[in-house]
Amino acid sequence: MATRGFVGRRPASDHADRVPPGQHLVPDFPVLSAGPTPHVATADWSFTLKVGPRPVQVWTWDEFNALPRSRYTRDIHCVTTWSKLDTRWEGVLVDDILAAAGIAAPTAYLLAHSYDGYSTNVPVADVIGGKAMVATHFDDRPLEADHGGPARLVVPHLYFWKSAKWIHGLQFTAHDEAGFWELRGYHMYGDPWREQRFTHD
Amino acid sequence: MTDGASTTGERAPSVAREPWQPATITAVSRLTSRVVSVTLRPERWRPFLAGQHADVRLTAEDGYRTHRSYSIASPPAAEGTLELVIELLGDGEVSPFFHEVAAAGDTVEIRGPSASHFAWRPEEPGAVFLAAGGSGVVPFLSIVRQRAHVTAPSPMALLYSARSWEDVIAGEELLAHEQAQRGLVVSFALTRQAPRRSSDFAARIDASIVAEMMARLGEPVRHAFVCGAQRFVGSVADLLVGAGVPAQSIRTERYGGS
Repeated sequence: MATRGFVGRRPASDHADRVPPGQHLVPDFPVLSAGPTPHVATADWSFTLKVGPRPVQVWTWDEFNALPRSRYTRDIHCVTTWSKLDTRWEGVLVDDILAAAGIAAPTAYLLAHSYDGYSTNVPVADVIGGKAMVATHFDDRPLEADHGGPARLVVPHLYFWKSAKWIHGLQFTAHDEAGFWELRGYHMYGDPWREQRFTHD
Repeated sequence: MTDGASTTGERAPSVAREPWQPATITAVSRLTSRVVSVTLRPERWRPFLAGQHADVRLTAEDGYRTHRSYSIASPPAAEGTLELVIELLGDGEVSPFFHEVAAAGDTVEIRGPSASHFAWRPEEPGAVFLAAGGSGVVPFLSIVRQRAHVTAPSPMALLYSARSWEDVIAGEELLAHEQAQRGLVVSFALTRQAPRRSSDFAARIDASIVAEMMARLGEPVRHAFVCGAQRFVGSVADLLVGAGVPAQSIRTERYGGS
């Protein structure tokens, strides 16, 4: 059903195959969050890897930054319909976090926990194999607090709410447990190419 | 782990996705030079919470589609209709349609109302603080309008920042609600114009304005909602935290750069 008089603006054809259905490109980097921005000093920052309730390892900021570092450039897609191409991230791959802790993934699911109490769930298969990192830098600069600094999870192939800001730790869970937005109507997996925005999508 | 496909395959939806549905535009009216009100009558209206938003989808002749989320301005009490208030964005793709083309009788598609985070639940006890920047007032119109239908509602303060009175959306209506509703305080913070009332402010929202509004509310803030542009929301949320409002009781909604 066409909308009378609506023409629309399509993405440039050389980008069209990089923009998932229902998304549009933005040049800037919008900020979205559920509440106030936590301001976490790196001196107070730590990152905890847990299996269920059991902490496996805790890193301070300096220890975390001594882990092997990686960079990648990825397209990101926010569930509020903006997409941004070629975003450049630097940080520590989840693979390298697990290697540093000396463990292989003991379950198939993770919850990412944030300093503001936010959490989000993601399958392990979606964060290993170089897919996801805990990023400390965006565009060669330390990550700003509004964008999740000191560090955020980056899982670029899922809707960006999965890329938890102000990350405080990762926790392996036996089952796929809903996080903050997932309990509030958003999709458990969040694949932009399948438009998995809301629970029943 | 190599079974990524099967792991994600388990998430295949077992319940049908909420379908888009047609909604007929029943009225388009101009509220300010940059803002129009669009009233829709969805084929299947359902109850919602004040503060929620709806997705609107437009389809071009060649099948190209795009959608955006808009906060709902009408209260759940206005059964059968949804009012959206849409600001014209200079580089917008959808807002120009509503400003320049849309007219009563046109049909668009909608989905929702949805998202339960930025939503007012009148039954929750405790004072409510609303802070709006510009068109960020839209979800609060729904909340204030709905409050008029609630028996013995909690105290509520609305602090609304705009450049000038001409940019204020539904200003006269908000003043009328303040007169009519017990326990409702409305103040405007105008950044480029002296306000008409002494209870309003001629400044950008700062710590002293927040403190003054909290004093007028008369009870500790239990639920705070902040809505507006990115920078406004960041700054006001920080002010509320600084004024002692627990971070977990502050809900934010930011209108991004798009």
